Amino acid sequence: MNAEARHTDTGSEAAKPANSQPTLLEARGLTKAFGDFLACDHIDFSIRRGEIHALLGENGAGKSTFVKMLYGALQPTSGEIRWKGEPVSIDNPATARRLGIGMVFQHFSLFDVLTVAENIALALAGKVGPGALAERIRTVSRDYGLPLDPMSIVADLSVGERQRVEIVRCLLQEPDLIIMDEPTSVLTPHEAEDLFRTLARLTGEGVAILYISHRLEEVKRLCHAATILRHGKVVGSCDPAGETPASLARMMVGADVREVRHREQARLDMPVRLELKHLSLPPAGPFSVPLVEIDLAVRGGEVVAIAGVAGNGQGELFDALSGERPLHDRGALVIDGHEAGRMSVGARRRLGAAFVPEERLGHAAVPGLKLSENVVLTRHGEHHVVRGGFLKGGARAIADRVVESFDVRKSHRDPEARSLSGGNLQKFVVGREIDRQPGVLVVSQPTWGVDAGASADIRQALVDLARAGSAVLVISQDLDEIFEVADRIAVVSRGRLSAPVPAATTSRDDIGLLMGGIGHGGEGASDAA
Amino acid sequence: MGVLEAILLTVITAATPLVLAAIGELVVERSGVLNLGVEGMMIVGAVTGFAAANATGSPLVGVAAAALGGMVLSALFAFLILFLVANQYATGLALTLLGLGLSGMIGEAYVGTPGVRLGRIDIPVLSDIPFLGPVLFSQDILVYLSFALVAGVSWFLFRSRAGLVLRAVGDNHASAHALGFSVRRVRFAAVLFGGACAGLGGGYLSLVYTPQWIEGMTAGRGWIALALVVFASWLPGRLAVGAYLFGAVMILQFHAQAAGIGIPSQFLTMLPYLATVVVLVAISRDRTRIRLNTPATLGQPFVPDR
Amino acid sequence: MRLELVRRPEQSRRMAMLSPLLAIALTLVSGAILFAALGHDPVRALGVYFIEPLTTSWSVQELLVKATPLVMIAVGLAICYLSNNWNIGAEGQFTFGAIAGSGVALSLNSWDSGLLLPLMLVAGILGGMAWAAIPAFLKTRFNTNEILTSLMLVYVAQLLLDWLVRGPWRDPGGYNFPESEVFSDAATMPLLIAGSRLHIGAVFAVLAVVVAAIMLGATLKGFEIRVLGQAPKAGSFAGFSRTRLTVFAFLLSGGLAGLAGISEVSGTIGQLRPTISPGYGFAAIIVAFLGRLNPIGILVAGLLLALSYLGGEAAQVSLGISDKITKVFQGMLLIYVLACDTFILYRPRLVRANPTGEAAHGRA
Repeated sequence: MNAEARHTDTGSEAAKPANSQPTLLEARGLTKAFGDFLACDHIDFSIRRGEIHALLGENGAGKSTFVKMLYGALQPTSGEIRWKGEPVSIDNPATARRLGIGMVFQHFSLFDVLTVAENIALALAGKVGPGALAERIRTVSRDYGLPLDPMSIVADLSVGERQRVEIVRCLLQEPDLIIMDEPTSVLTPHEAEDLFRTLARLTGEGVAILYISHRLEEVKRLCHAATILRHGKVVGSCDPAGETPASLARMMVGADVREVRHREQARLDMPVRLELKHLSLPPAGPFSVPLVEIDLAVRGGEVVAIAGVAGNGQGELFDALSGERPLHDRGALVIDGHEAGRMSVGARRRLGAAFVPEERLGHAAVPGLKLSENVVLTRHGEHHVVRGGFLKGGARAIADRVVESFDVRKSHRDPEARSLSGGNLQKFVVGREIDRQPGVLVVSQPTWGVDAGASADIRQALVDLARAGSAVLVISQDLDEIFEVADRIAVVSRGRLSAPVPAATTSRDDIGLLMGGIGHGGEGASDAA
Repeated sequence: MGVLEAILLTVITAATPLVLAAIGELVVERSGVLNLGVEGMMIVGAVTGFAAANATGSPLVGVAAAALGGMVLSALFAFLILFLVANQYATGLALTLLGLGLSGMIGEAYVGTPGVRLGRIDIPVLSDIPFLGPVLFSQDILVYLSFALVAGVSWFLFRSRAGLVLRAVGDNHASAHALGFSVRRVRFAAVLFGGACAGLGGGYLSLVYTPQWIEGMTAGRGWIALALVVFASWLPGRLAVGAYLFGAVMILQFHAQAAGIGIPSQFLTMLPYLATVVVLVAISRDRTRIRLNTPATLGQPFVPDR
Repeated sequence: MRLELVRRPEQSRRMAMLSPLLAIALTLVSGAILFAALGHDPVRALGVYFIEPLTTSWSVQELLVKATPLVMIAVGLAICYLSNNWNIGAEGQFTFGAIAGSGVALSLNSWDSGLLLPLMLVAGILGGMAWAAIPAFLKTRFNTNEILTSLMLVYVAQLLLDWLVRGPWRDPGGYNFPESEVFSDAATMPLLIAGSRLHIGAVFAVLAVVVAAIMLGATLKGFEIRVLGQAPKAGSFAGFSRTRLTVFAFLLSGGLAGLAGISEVSGTIGQLRPTISPGYGFAAIIVAFLGRLNPIGILVAGLLLALSYLGGEAAQVSLGISDKITKVFQGMLLIYVLACDTFILYRPRLVRANPTGEAAHGRA
């Protein structure tokens, strides 16, 4: 289990120049307009056989739109795509697959209720008998080290296994080009290494990989070339091996990205403000994870982060902390000395706790309501917002204040939440809670899908809140974020929480092992292997 | 003919409109669309079927017209919910209200007109089997069609590629779209199929069950068909079982009335409606089961990004 | 050419106002075509249907009489639909409210007291609430689909009424007609205008509109209704209970439908009969949507739907067209409203059928 050795392995793979190989796909002046908005603006791009080519850019830079055009899911407004030298019109994903272009989606394009084999059959053009198909799936998954049972139901698979289904589905089409959208964002570091090995083998066979990632370390290690998009335009291309993550980030953002300033270290003598004692919760439904005996204490002044792969109980833990699913044991949750386990959301807020859920639209905010109305959502307990059951004007003032101090960009004074970009809405929902100066803040995925500038602002605000004396608990799948903000880190895996460790004395690899379930004894370890 | 045979025959007669309408709605819901307009499509099918049979003297033309009537109405629904992204619940209700209105207007001329009854077809050899023969193989074409539809839909959903695509669309329309399937086209086809089936169910009422036109003659059967789909957990075989059980409940009230037991007829007429409520409660209690079986996108709007 | 919908960043307030008007216009155009197809002069027929009923004071009063139950029921339904509770059984709640209130009236028919009527109204409200409480309870306790249960209970309530007026409550001196005794004066709603049929139920309807408008626009309860209806997860994040709101919405709408039911029987009909409603409970669904689920809008929409009933009667008398056409108009209206509502959140755009072929030549 030597991760370092593997680093150098794939590192040397990446260094191998692919210049001798012929060009596989070329885009010339590819443009996509949505109304007046140019999502992609005259993009020139080419990729060779056997090349791993990174596509970099912030959220909204046009990466998704660009690859959707290559995969036939969107039609270009103008421009040309050449495939093996010939101009082609890719009017449908089926056409793309016939040409030899496959895609592994970030938010998988799988069907939960169907079997692995049925999921794969849906993407294959010809008629393949179920028996023959299962056999082909077994062969390919064995050859590429992607173990899969064709008869299992997708809903029962882990996130990593689901990605395997996507990849195997792609491979069965014998593609020349595979587009991968953020493939490692859902994987443990260990699973990511497995993926890199598969990629190395594919490029060895002459397959080209178009690789979208925001993990710049990974891009530097893995990719032979990179094209950088900003506001729908190509703003540069480079050999990532010769760049640093910081220089890549600068190209993406167009400016230096601020690092989070930790003005001072967290003090260890502050009182505990949020405490979880043997917190357990049965699963809410068929696809839900039970929480098992979770213990954690967060002191005022510190940021504690909970790392983990998606679907290991993060959502359930958030609901238990916020009170959306109250606990049976009132002592299992203590907020500022008050036993709050059986309290409602509102009662917990009155104790000074605040919460920011992962899903911005539909959970943290109501899409069709104005910003000022969305203030009422979490702050109707304050008498200048609601008095005697009647709405007062206070929400408007709060909305203006949050917009001002968190630099929320919007079209007019009080727009509907849905009209804001992801980053601006996230700043708003985080700002709405921080504006209260809560004693305890629990926030899930604070910068998921948020551009670098807004991420930096949000992370800084979390650290500042903690340093002002609040207890901040961050639930996140993004290790970069966790190491940026956290004083201590714990890992959630299958509804259990590891003991928190100081961020300063732990490494990403240690956290990665815990994320894969290692450290909880034999059961988890054997599954991760 | 024995008493049991006679009872079974009437049960099949009472159940067939439910089987026809519900099997269509099952396919619609499997594709992720909830069409609450079954009652409206049924009643329009009943009146167009009656009118066409009356005009041509041919009950078979009536059958075709019933299917067409239901289908035209369902096309309107499909256009609204697929292309204008209208709320499926409200649009289905609107369809029912419009269908009841239209049928009343079209049918006014036919009130009191004697109808044309769809004849029976004895299937050679099979209809001579004692007991089973007269019950199963000496029926009209719509009953045979209902048998075929249950088997056919079952095969289609679980054995054919098109059925796999339909189930995939119902489970996750975003994924289906990403893979290049036309979600709207699949759903449009499913809704039209559902409309035709509902129309046939209505046609059965006005061409076989009571071969005449009576305003509002569907009497809530479209809604019972919707409940049957839930009861069946979206499985065709279970749907057929449920429909025949309901047929039995409906027949029970007639026999009870005929037998002259002291219960007022109104209470006996309530039975199917109360049974629907009871069955729904029984089936919905198990939230996990409902959640695992319900097509995941049922009732949700879908707008492709282009 | 192909029509595509482009999502607007925000709801268009202008379209929200325009949509019902557009729907009415489309219904009138369709109506004209329908009349023409039936062999009538469309202009004259529309005039008879939609204008004539507004020209005499008698028929304007009659308009208000018919609008009264529609508005009262629709206000409650709007609260249900806004909170995503699909109560479509208002007709049953109306009927059971009428039964409950009439039960009081008939058993105390000789009691000449000013308390009788209030007692009846309370019984009517409670009856409607009780009937609505069944689907609410089944939904919150057993997860049962409220659409189907509330609708099934319509049939049950109507059959119950049928049994009562043919059986135990039949007027012994009524020549065997399936009717109850005529209500005493003390059990009859006071009239607003002497000589007309307009009773104080109309005041209740306006009151319901005002209270609902204030609740929805200015109170936390109204906010809760909108939030839980649009985004249930956000609602529980805000600390609102879906279960409690479902019960609240059903009881409120059931109570209003029950009040409408007893008002109709006591104010307009004067006795119980096998049929006491020309489908008010279903037409009110249309009223609710046409009024954009907004109480003030519902007041206007209720008058329009009432007009459609009167127009149907007028068309039958003057033109010999079946009054069945009323329900066709009502159904069309709802279809058009739903179609037009699309453009509140989406902007229509025409695009060329084959974007790639043409567009490759470059852009303007």
